[in-house]
Amino acid sequence: MLAGPLSDPDVYVFDAAAPRRVEVAREDLRGGFASWRLAWALARLDLRNRYRGSVIGPFWMTLSTLLMLVGLGLLYSRLLGLSLAEYLPHLTVSLVVWNIISAMVTDACTTMTSAEGVIRQLRVPFTVHALRSVFRNGLTAAHSLPLIPLAFIVFGQLPGPEALLAVPGLAILLANSFFASVLLGMICARFRDIAPIVANVMQLAFFLTPILWKPELLKEAAVWLPLNPFYAVLETVRGPLVEGGGQPLVWLAAILYTLALGAVSLAFFVRFRGRLAFWV
Amino acid sequence: MALIEAKDLRVEFPLYHLAARSLKKSLLARAAVRVRTDEANRVVVSALRDLNFRIESGERVALIGRNGAGKTTLLRSLAGIYEPVGGHLRIEGTIGSLIDPAAGMDQDSTGRENIRLRALYRNLDAAGQAALEQEVVDFAGLGEFIDVPIKGYSAGMSIRLAFAIATAMQPHILLMDEWFMAGDASFMDKAEARLNTLISGADIMVIATHNMDIVRRLCTRAIRLDAGRILADGPVDPIVDEMLAEAG
Repeated sequence: MLAGPLSDPDVYVFDAAAPRRVEVAREDLRGGFASWRLAWALARLDLRNRYRGSVIGPFWMTLSTLLMLVGLGLLYSRLLGLSLAEYLPHLTVSLVVWNIISAMVTDACTTMTSAEGVIRQLRVPFTVHALRSVFRNGLTAAHSLPLIPLAFIVFGQLPGPEALLAVPGLAILLANSFFASVLLGMICARFRDIAPIVANVMQLAFFLTPILWKPELLKEAAVWLPLNPFYAVLETVRGPLVEGGGQPLVWLAAILYTLALGAVSLAFFVRFRGRLAFWV
Repeated sequence: MALIEAKDLRVEFPLYHLAARSLKKSLLARAAVRVRTDEANRVVVSALRDLNFRIESGERVALIGRNGAGKTTLLRSLAGIYEPVGGHLRIEGTIGSLIDPAAGMDQDSTGRENIRLRALYRNLDAAGQAALEQEVVDFAGLGEFIDVPIKGYSAGMSIRLAFAIATAMQPHILLMDEWFMAGDASFMDKAEARLNTLISGADIMVIATHNMDIVRRLCTRAIRLDAGRILADGPVDPIVDEMLAEAG
């Protein structure tokens, strides 16, 4: 048998009169990020188990996105009166990024409920489960991102050096994914009706966000677009790749939405962290 | 030195998914003492009510009582999983909990992969991970099955692996539920020897069990729970005798 830790024993103190919620939450976040290797291993297991026995595995996602791009590209370029070269690079970036956003939000709802067995049995920082969800979706996303350069090469529209701005755009996306996993993961554990509502909202948002259509088609009404948080986040990736940058206003909006989501989700986490084991 | 100290410890389970109000009413109307509504008008079950105790180094404590008395809930609260709604809890020492053998296991992974996963759950470094793997593989004695996905294991094999993983490291405070009594005969001797080492190496042991032989053999103190309260707390023999006499 292996010897356990001999020196400085852990001290766990809980006092209901003074719950020290902020410190406990901070400790959870710190411990969770320190155990990123656990979250990464679990995310890889999730992916492996989801596609176990499948020959091309997660590349099914890539293939189905590709089919959708071809089908929608041919139809909507005709409907909107745009040439394929004008339309398809926009559609590719928008649809690939939208699929990532949509999968992250939908998956966020099951972040905590799917880890029920662990939450009720082992004392592991809850942050680990949120990170697991971020990593899992990041890994899935990595399988369809190559479609973007493929479309650029096919249509000969390689973006300039400003395309590097898409990297902070993706970072904003990941930050939102983490906050959404914490917030929706907890809310959906408590109220089981939220997940279907979220699925409906995402379906509606797909049509309200410029994915199938281009923002320019709204003409002067396009100034209202930054009010749509999905548009703002999507645009921080699409802008640099397709439009040569993206407007500063959109970046500002995306950062503000991220901060707002972060504040709400961390406040919720601090307040209700201790109840989660009873919710799942 | 390890220590467990509880003052007015109170744990309540909210029953959230009572959809119909009529169900809520009928449940409350049957006037169960432990089901009540709290300030926010939620239905809650009082799982543990105002427990006071102090367990010091060297003590071997048995939690006894009927099903639903709160034994496992108390173990989980001590393990830091259920946060109390009232009172004060102080625990000094690393905790090893043998509450659920299958906790954190991935059914689609092999035995070896599950050991590595557990090493990550425990935050071990690369050297610690390798040592844990070696130790568990040797002790479980599963041969080539260690590299087979665990959902193909027989019940006995699952128990062997789970037991080997759960008991591989010496904690200061050992929290145990009685699941470990399962297992095939050839493994039981080995398991018992391992448990004895673990128990004698721990500063504190808390075990929830219905088996009074175990209580008399292993424990120095018994806490008898009933409906979430402490009915008796003290030396083993008088408390066990009284309980057996009541059970008739």
